[in-house]
Amino acid sequence: MAKILDNVKIGPLNWKMRVHVPKLVAKAKAGQFVIIRVNEQGERVPMSIAGLDRERGVLTIIYQVVGKTSALMTTVETGGEIIDCVGPLGLPTHLENWGTAIVVGGGIGIAPIYPIAQAWKEAGNKLYTIIGARSEDALFYEDEHKAIADKLIVCTDDGSYGRHGFVTEPLKEILDSGEKIGMIMAVGPVPMMKFLSKLTAPYEVPTWVSLNPLMVDGTGMCGGCRVAIGDTTKFACVDGPDFDGHKVDFDLLIKRLAAYKEQERESFHRFVESPDCRLHQSIKEIAQS
Amino acid sequence: MAEKIQKKDRMKIPRSSMPEQDPNERAKNFTEVPFGLSEEQALQEASRCLECPKAPCIAGCPVEVDIPGFITLVMEKDYAGAARKIKETNALPAICGRVCPQEEQCEQVCILSKKFTPVAVGYLERFVADYERENNLVVMPKIASPTGCKVAVVGAGPAGLTVAGDLTLLGHKVTIFEALHKPGGVLVYGIPEFRLPKKIVQSECDYLADMGVEFKNSTVIGKSDTIDELFEMDYDSVFIGTGAGLPNFMGIPGENLIGIYSSNEYLTRSNLMRAFDFPTYDTPIIKGKNVAVLGGGNTAMDSVRTALRLGADNAYIVYRRSEAEMPARAEEIHHAQQEGVQFNMLTNPVKFTGDKDGKVVSMECIRMELGEPDDSGRRRPVPIEGSNFTFDVDLVVVAIGNSSNPLIPQTTPGLETNRWGNIVVTEETMQTSREGVYAGGDIVTGGATVILAAGAGKVAARAMHKYLMDKKDMVAGED
Repeated sequence: MAKILDNVKIGPLNWKMRVHVPKLVAKAKAGQFVIIRVNEQGERVPMSIAGLDRERGVLTIIYQVVGKTSALMTTVETGGEIIDCVGPLGLPTHLENWGTAIVVGGGIGIAPIYPIAQAWKEAGNKLYTIIGARSEDALFYEDEHKAIADKLIVCTDDGSYGRHGFVTEPLKEILDSGEKIGMIMAVGPVPMMKFLSKLTAPYEVPTWVSLNPLMVDGTGMCGGCRVAIGDTTKFACVDGPDFDGHKVDFDLLIKRLAAYKEQERESFHRFVESPDCRLHQSIKEIAQS
Repeated sequence: MAEKIQKKDRMKIPRSSMPEQDPNERAKNFTEVPFGLSEEQALQEASRCLECPKAPCIAGCPVEVDIPGFITLVMEKDYAGAARKIKETNALPAICGRVCPQEEQCEQVCILSKKFTPVAVGYLERFVADYERENNLVVMPKIASPTGCKVAVVGAGPAGLTVAGDLTLLGHKVTIFEALHKPGGVLVYGIPEFRLPKKIVQSECDYLADMGVEFKNSTVIGKSDTIDELFEMDYDSVFIGTGAGLPNFMGIPGENLIGIYSSNEYLTRSNLMRAFDFPTYDTPIIKGKNVAVLGGGNTAMDSVRTALRLGADNAYIVYRRSEAEMPARAEEIHHAQQEGVQFNMLTNPVKFTGDKDGKVVSMECIRMELGEPDDSGRRRPVPIEGSNFTFDVDLVVVAIGNSSNPLIPQTTPGLETNRWGNIVVTEETMQTSREGVYAGGDIVTGGATVILAAGAGKVAARAMHKYLMDKKDMVAGED
């Protein structure tokens, strides 16, 4: 059992949950993840770490409502509990002083890139941060990123805030400027990580991405999270979640993430249509769409 | 008590056959296949035991159950007493009565088996354990006075549960750390409900908890705490029983297509996560119509029989050797055959093909023939050139074993592993290269059976007890 300190809506589909798990927080490092289960019937779902308050033992998770489990998560109230929160799992993000480094967060990826940005800044890097969201209302953590980045660039797909366009555009400008960049780390939707990795390859700047395949146990036992990296198959839960973006088979990951699309839709519908459904109307609409 | 039957007459009594669900019926449900013996059957079966003084069956049992002792109690209709007799050396009788390969152990060496059929020890073990549990006759065993020693057990599978039970009886305070959200290890994630109902595993774990074993689930040692940190937390000794590790795959083209599972994943989804009851439970599972399970062990049989129960029209075992070389228990193979599983022997997959969504649609195989014996003593399968053929599949389960999990060796300096990553131990004590650290079960041997893991736990518990007592004496001597 893990106690929920608060669970608030921070965007049209985004929610922020703070979980009291002091032991986990004491051990966790940037780039690792946790696995949660909401209730006895619940699935085991990996969640990126979006913040660690070591003094208070609080883990922050930021999640987007996409199906049954994430919708169910929104119903947990302050003072409530989730049945499991296990971790930290996976390997931490590599830390080094590369001189100048860039972190890129897209969509919900703005959250997990934040502890990585903190760790890289503490490691002595000059840090450029690029974050992007669909529109202004889906944006979050701008102030948090601003407080640690040497330069912060904010983009929106629809131009409602900051730069109009994708995160790859300002990234390309920095690379074209000729400034020496030691390392890039990107977290976000798989297509974003795919195109970003494609962009940086010709510049020969090492580019790491954090992958989010489906998982069950998260300790290497099931192999459900296997990803193709170059010629080899790796398990994201024990070998990752960070991998060299120039070697990742993103198309395979996109397909594997859709493995249960039909069952997920069925489960979400059934949940939304149940008479005791207490979900926010906007979430019900996602299920219907 | 009934009149004792003469020895020569006992031999004439036929071995009881286990009543079980009709194969056509059971292939559609997850309810346990065998019903268990009736009281009459159990009494008759018990009366077959010759009570031979040498009792080779005891030595045939990895956990040294006093088999004639408990069978005598059955004859006296003291079923709960019989269960308690077993529990003197085996804390998990309801489980072992179901999943032990008795035909290779106690029953294989039964004197009766020389001329007749052996006493059905497993059936009787199951009968008395079920009788005790179902009639609420479980009592707490006598526990030695507290030693003041603390023991950490990593992994709540058969090895770890055995260590915990044995050391608790001896007065040590045991905490089990389990990575998953339920204790039982392979007993809950791996072995299906129809072979081992989960409520039985839970009740045997509850029994240990009532004895004083502390369970800490959802705790991944190697990640949340290391072995060294356990010692810093004042544990005096540690047992590592983390079980099978990362699943092996074939390493052939197309293996990452959707619809190709490791048996670990397939069984975990169905058993631990109860995906067979989706959408009541949230975890989904792919329900194939044409399902190929690769491998010939018990895990392969569990997987293929699960596929049938999840609605497969065709459920195939694909195995590169012949039936004689299959490592699965004869009983499991027989059950699978009865239920309609199709066996493709001397067949090896070479390639999988998928559709535009990345879902597996077909599997190319090659026929094999048996050549000279290999290192395992079994005849080596050799591909027959040009014998390739393709068949349609929409689900493949790869059940070809596991390699070791790296989480603990990676984070435990000085812990010696072999070239496969298995933890190296001294066989007589199960002690690792680290003082006070013991290991047993699949993390040491690679994939084996529940009872061998329990047997290793028993050896380790004995050695750990000696280690703890010697250490205590030494400290007392210094004072």
